[in-house]
Amino acid sequence: MSKAPANIVDRPLSKGKNEINISSFAFLFSEMIQYCQDRIKAGHELEKKLSDMGYSIGPRLLELLCVREKNSKRETKLLGILSFIHTTVWKSLFGKPADSLEKSTEADDEYMISDNNMVVNKFISLPKHLSSLNCAAFVAGIIEGILCSAEFPARVTAHNVAVEGKRFPKTVILIKFNPEVIERNA
Amino acid sequence: MTINSIYILNKAGTLIYQNDFGNTEKLSHNSYIRLGSTFHSLHAIASNLSPVSGSSSGIEVIETEAFKLQCFQTHTGIKFYVIADPNHQQLEELLHGVYELYTDYVLKNPFYEIEMQIRCDLFDYKLLRLLGVRE
Repeated sequence: MSKAPANIVDRPLSKGKNEINISSFAFLFSEMIQYCQDRIKAGHELEKKLSDMGYSIGPRLLELLCVREKNSKRETKLLGILSFIHTTVWKSLFGKPADSLEKSTEADDEYMISDNNMVVNKFISLPKHLSSLNCAAFVAGIIEGILCSAEFPARVTAHNVAVEGKRFPKTVILIKFNPEVIERNA
Repeated sequence: MTINSIYILNKAGTLIYQNDFGNTEKLSHNSYIRLGSTFHSLHAIASNLSPVSGSSSGIEVIETEAFKLQCFQTHTGIKFYVIADPNHQQLEELLHGVYELYTDYVLKNPFYEIEMQIRCDLFDYKLLRLLGVRE
């Protein structure tokens, strides 16, 4: 039996426990939204505020996942980074890959990632005057942060999309890349 | 085994949620509020009626020929009560289920103001599902 190395830098990088209690998260997220609500003037600013909070997480998450999952290599292809977000990022955030990744049929620079049961919205019922709001704007912010720090500047927003036969809408994360990204990829 | 109505009162005795199920006759909005606060007062009186002070927790069950009322009070003073068929056996479990839904879909909702009227789509939906499974 070998003795554990005494020095913390000699020990292997621990994967860490990557699950947390959903209730703790729900209360924290709920407080974040209420914090944002107290600091905005108009309803639409709430999404921006949440997105900004997520944005600062993006670059850190990108670094972490590149080191842990990708052998310190970063995706440089458009489709590569998109599927990295759809699977690797989603798995580390929510424990499962996103439900689908699609290219928009209307615009060349738009991609959509959809999730039928967004964890962040699990306990959230929207009031009538905010029915177009989607609190996954926070997740959209994280994705935007990842894309921008991976040199794929884009605008990322979260939307509610009604699904036939379902009572509650699904969440669609819309990614709109800047023109230079599309040009470079062509 | 029908469930007729479910009421939730906040700690001050104000009605914060009420819903009727099945073919229960609807009353006016004010009547529901009046029923709610009447029950709150009766509950408060009942908890003072015990000959040994501090030993009564108020009304838990009211049984009549026509209906049965079961009440559950949380440690924070919120009262859940249900009116159902007199032969219904699992009302206590049902109220615990409603309490669980309340803690999840009402208290974790950032748009709900504590002690106020409950208007949460997800709570309504899950409550219906809870009752649907049991009946």
